Amino acid sequence: MTLTSIFALSVGAVLVNNFVLVKFLGICPFMGTSKRTDTAVSMGVAVTFVMTAASMLTWFFNDLFLIPFELEYLQTIVFILVIASLVQLVEMVLRKLSPPLYSALGIYLPLITTNCAVLGVALLNIQEGYNFLESTLNGFMSGVGFLLALVLFSGVRERMAFADCPKPFRGLPIALIAASLLAMAFMGFSGLKIG
Amino acid sequence: MKQSYKKIFMDGLLHQNPVLVQLLGVCSILAVTTSLENALGMSLAVTIVLTLSNMVISLLRKIIPNEVRIVSYIVVIAGFVTVVDLLMQAFLPALANSLGIFIPLIVVNCIILARAEAFASKNGILASAVDGLGMGLGYSFVIAFVGLVREILGNGTILGFEIFGGFYQPCTMFIMPAGAFIVLGCTIALYQAIHLRMEAGKEGKK
Repeated sequence: MTLTSIFALSVGAVLVNNFVLVKFLGICPFMGTSKRTDTAVSMGVAVTFVMTAASMLTWFFNDLFLIPFELEYLQTIVFILVIASLVQLVEMVLRKLSPPLYSALGIYLPLITTNCAVLGVALLNIQEGYNFLESTLNGFMSGVGFLLALVLFSGVRERMAFADCPKPFRGLPIALIAASLLAMAFMGFSGLKIG
Repeated sequence: MKQSYKKIFMDGLLHQNPVLVQLLGVCSILAVTTSLENALGMSLAVTIVLTLSNMVISLLRKIIPNEVRIVSYIVVIAGFVTVVDLLMQAFLPALANSLGIFIPLIVVNCIILARAEAFASKNGILASAVDGLGMGLGYSFVIAFVGLVREILGNGTILGFEIFGGFYQPCTMFIMPAGAFIVLGCTIALYQAIHLRMEAGKEGKK
C-alpha cells in the first residue's frame, strides 16, 4: 500500500463517505447517544475499536473459512455471530483490565452488536474487495468518521436543548433536521478525489 | 391477559408505530428511500422477515435459555434475512442491486430484535404473527410515504413516471442524504402535530 492510497482511503472513509451522514449507517446510536458530548465521545471510541477489530476478524473468517468452502452465502449469519461474540469479549476484557473505562462505556457496549455501522463495514470491506490491511484501515477510519459526526452533532444538540422550537418538532424531528444541515455541510466534501 | 388481534394489529400500524412512536429502524428508512420503488422493496423484505422471525421465536420461546436469548434471536433473524436476500437476488436482481448492503443489514434492524424481545418472547404464535404483520405494515407505511415525498420532490416522478410534465425543476437535494433527514424529520413532526391535536380534542370533550 502506498502512502497516497492510505491517505485517499482515510479521507474517503472519514469525510467523503462519512458512515453516518452519507451512508446512513449507525443512525440509532447517532441519535440515541448524542445528547451530551462526553457520552458521545465514549460511544464513538468504543464503536471505532469494535469496528476495527470486527473488520480484521471478519476478513479472516471470510478468507480462511467461507471462501475455501464456498459458503459465501452464510456471510450475514457468520459475521453477526463474530461481531456479537467480539462485543461480548471486549466487554469481559475491559471489565477485568480497565474498570474505569468499562463503567464509562457501560450500557453502550452491548448496544454495539446491533449497530449497523459494524456489520455494515464488514460487508462493505468484502464488497469492495479490500485486502487485510485495507480492511483494517477502512474499519478504523470509518469508526473515526462515526466519532467525528457524533461529537460534532452532540455539540449542536447541547445548544439546541435550550432553543425554543414549535411543539410538534421537539425531540427527534428537530434533531433530524439539524442532522440534515450537518449532512449538507458534509456534501461539500463529495467533490474531493485523491489518487 | 388476552389482547384482541385487532388491537395488536392496530398498535403496530398506528398507536405504537415502530418508526413514528418508538423511533426504531431509522437507518434503513433514510438510506433506501431515494425512490418509491426501493422503499416498497425494502418494506416487503422487512415485513416478511419480521412476521416469520416473530413466529419462529414465539415457537421457540420456551426452549431458548434466558442467558443466550439475544444471540439466539439474532441467529433466527439472520437465517430469514439470508433467505430473503437470496430470493431477492434470484427473482428481483435489479431491486436487490439497488438496495445493496441494506438487505443483509435487516439483521441489525432494531425493530425486529425489539419485537422479538418485547412481544414474541412472551406471546403465542398467532398473536406474534399478527404483531409482526402490524409492525411491518406500520414500518412500510412510513417508508413508502418518505420514499414517495423524496421521489416527487427530488426527481419529479412517481415510480419512474414523469408527473409534472416539465414545468417543475426537480430539487436534487431531496434524493441526497441531507433531504432524507429533512423529510423524515418533517414526517415525524407531522405525526406529532396530529397526535397533539387529537389529544387536545379529547381533553376538550371531557
